[in-house]
Amino acid sequence: MFKKIFDKKHRGRTFSYLMVLVAYVVIEIMLSTKSMSSLMKNLLVPCCCYIVTALALNLCVGLSGELSLGHAGFMSIGAYTGICFSGFFESSITNPIVRLILAMMIAAAVTALFGFLIGIPVLKLSGDYLAIVTLAFCQIIASLINNCYLGFDSNGIQFSFITNNVNIEATGKMLLSGPIGASGTTRISTFTVGVVLIVITLIVIYNLMYSKNGRAIMACRDNSIAALSVGVSVTKTKMLAFVISAAIAGAAGALYGLNFSTLAPAKFNFNQSILILVYVVLGGLGNINGTIIAASLLYILPEKLRGLQDYRMIIYSLVLIAIMLISNNQKFKVFVEKNTKLFKNKFTKKEAK
Amino acid sequence: MKKLLVVLLGIMMVFGLVGCGSKTEDNAPSTGGGDEAKASFKLGCSGPLTGGAAVYGNDVKWAAEMAVAEINEKEGYNFFEFRMEDDEADPEKAPNAYGALTDWGMQVSLYTVTSGAGLAVSADYNADRVFALTPSGSNPGLAHPANGNYDNLFQVCFTDPNLGTASADYISSNTIAGMEVKKVAVIYRSDDDYSTSIYNTFMSKAAEVGLEVVYEGSFINSDADYSTQLTGAAAAGAELVFLPIYYGPAATILTQAAAMTDFNPVFFGVDGMDGILGLEGFDHALAEGVYLLTPFAADAKDDATVHFVTGFEAAHGSTPTQFAADAYDGVYAIYNALKATGCTADMDAATICDKLVGEFTTMTFEGLTGTANWAENGEVSKTPKAVIITDGVYVAAE
Repeated sequence: MFKKIFDKKHRGRTFSYLMVLVAYVVIEIMLSTKSMSSLMKNLLVPCCCYIVTALALNLCVGLSGELSLGHAGFMSIGAYTGICFSGFFESSITNPIVRLILAMMIAAAVTALFGFLIGIPVLKLSGDYLAIVTLAFCQIIASLINNCYLGFDSNGIQFSFITNNVNIEATGKMLLSGPIGASGTTRISTFTVGVVLIVITLIVIYNLMYSKNGRAIMACRDNSIAALSVGVSVTKTKMLAFVISAAIAGAAGALYGLNFSTLAPAKFNFNQSILILVYVVLGGLGNINGTIIAASLLYILPEKLRGLQDYRMIIYSLVLIAIMLISNNQKFKVFVEKNTKLFKNKFTKKEAK
Repeated sequence: MKKLLVVLLGIMMVFGLVGCGSKTEDNAPSTGGGDEAKASFKLGCSGPLTGGAAVYGNDVKWAAEMAVAEINEKEGYNFFEFRMEDDEADPEKAPNAYGALTDWGMQVSLYTVTSGAGLAVSADYNADRVFALTPSGSNPGLAHPANGNYDNLFQVCFTDPNLGTASADYISSNTIAGMEVKKVAVIYRSDDDYSTSIYNTFMSKAAEVGLEVVYEGSFINSDADYSTQLTGAAAAGAELVFLPIYYGPAATILTQAAAMTDFNPVFFGVDGMDGILGLEGFDHALAEGVYLLTPFAADAKDDATVHFVTGFEAAHGSTPTQFAADAYDGVYAIYNALKATGCTADMDAATICDKLVGEFTTMTFEGLTGTANWAENGEVSKTPKAVIITDGVYVAAE
């Protein structure tokens, strides 16, 4: 029993759960003792969303080796599905937590469907086609939502495209209004739900990693011909990873969208996809703990540096460059390894006594 | 080795969080105690100090700082304490900037510089009862959302729909560059609410006053080439190109239009175009003859404008835009209202808010951008002016 928790293979997993748990407990204590600034409180939910999306992207890029530049697009679909669902059922499902969870589930399902549709033609190919197609997908989604006008009142749902022909009674509600996107959203996202989503994501990813399918995914990444030769269907396996990744990003998007009172579709552009990719690359491809830490650190850093005024963006970019250089520096790796060994030796000696 | 790094970073993260929490305690406003007569009103504002709209944010910041310095000198003590937070004009960052300001103990606010950011925090401002007056957020939803009204949120500048209507009115009823303009082309940004809402109201007003819109071109944020739109406008024989867009793409459009030999229309912009002369590396000759509809002309000869413009130029080396003038007016409007209602700096934000709301809806304010009155819904009423860019400065039209 304990072996499966602390042995070499599962140590990373245990650490992930412990890290999330400790962070959650610490933050909850700070929240209940009111020792957290409102700036930090605002950062909690988006930070959870970015962690989850980064984890989803890591599943796609790190584990299955397919570069996706469209995760902002998946977040966008998830966010607007979630917002529309929550807005529409606001009066019938009054419990905000239930509505939030349902919104996230539906968002995940819708995004998974989109992921599946994109995957059908693209994942049959090998090479960087997925990157190109997802990049286009992200732009298309932003443009489409940009031109959608959706509202509902007592006469039912009204929808128009490109020009706004939606006329809503005073009692009705406008869900999407073109370039403004969603506005006047009731904010129902909570930090606890965010942490639960992180934990669920971790469970899904770790279970997948240690399963037969997970090994197949990694086999396809490392050598697709060898994988084929032992009877693994490369397309199906890659599809599995991609669809799960999209669904998780969609759920994170719903959480994200329901955390802001306004959300413009232009927010989920190419830069947003790259931002998430930066979290994954700097955290380490395939490294779950690294992704969590990189995402939270790099999301919070620019906000924490507010005190430095004009210099904060310079420092942020310097940190990015520094992490990039250091994490790939052989000398630094050797240096850290030596010190860890020294530390470990001391530790084991003490234990021996 | 990875593990150690991970642990270290984790520890850093947790300490970072804790550090932040304790810092708030230190910074908490100590209202009530001690030297009450000398306590300052904490005036906050958030705007883009970095990123693509930074000219707006910096202009607002500098002008507000200037107004605050003048008021403090006049009062003989620090009447206002001003703090500007960066929101990158991003609705996602705006709540963070608002959070930072609340942590600081903001009592009165200049709201946000841009509309998108403002929409993201309008509900918070209303719920927290902080009086806010945006210098330049022009979306009507900033002061009154679709299904209601934020009684404590006000605007110094015109709203977008008004700008579109006023532009069409102006173009149809005035001689522009020595001619009666009949054929108009519009190039707007379709993924931006500011641009589309001006475009929509412009189109309906243009139809009403008999302006012929011969070409409509749109682009999205990530576009960098506008030759398609310009060629389209040229082919349609447009005499005037209406650009309800921000100064960044406008600068590119002007540059690309200058390279075209057979196309010399008049360019007509609105307040978003203001700031184009402050853009680094932009050749002022390209903007020669461009019309702008804005409530502020830096070349005006009245004492207040001259005083403001010379002071601003001396401090920052650039001519103030309408954003700067609006911010300057905003600070003075708040100052006048605080004085008139007898607010003191030891009052909490909600008390100040209630008093200011009553004052704003009844008072008349004389500022750089004209004589302003505020309606209950937070919108301002004042007369728009048109300016022409001549030799790199704004000159009032007519």
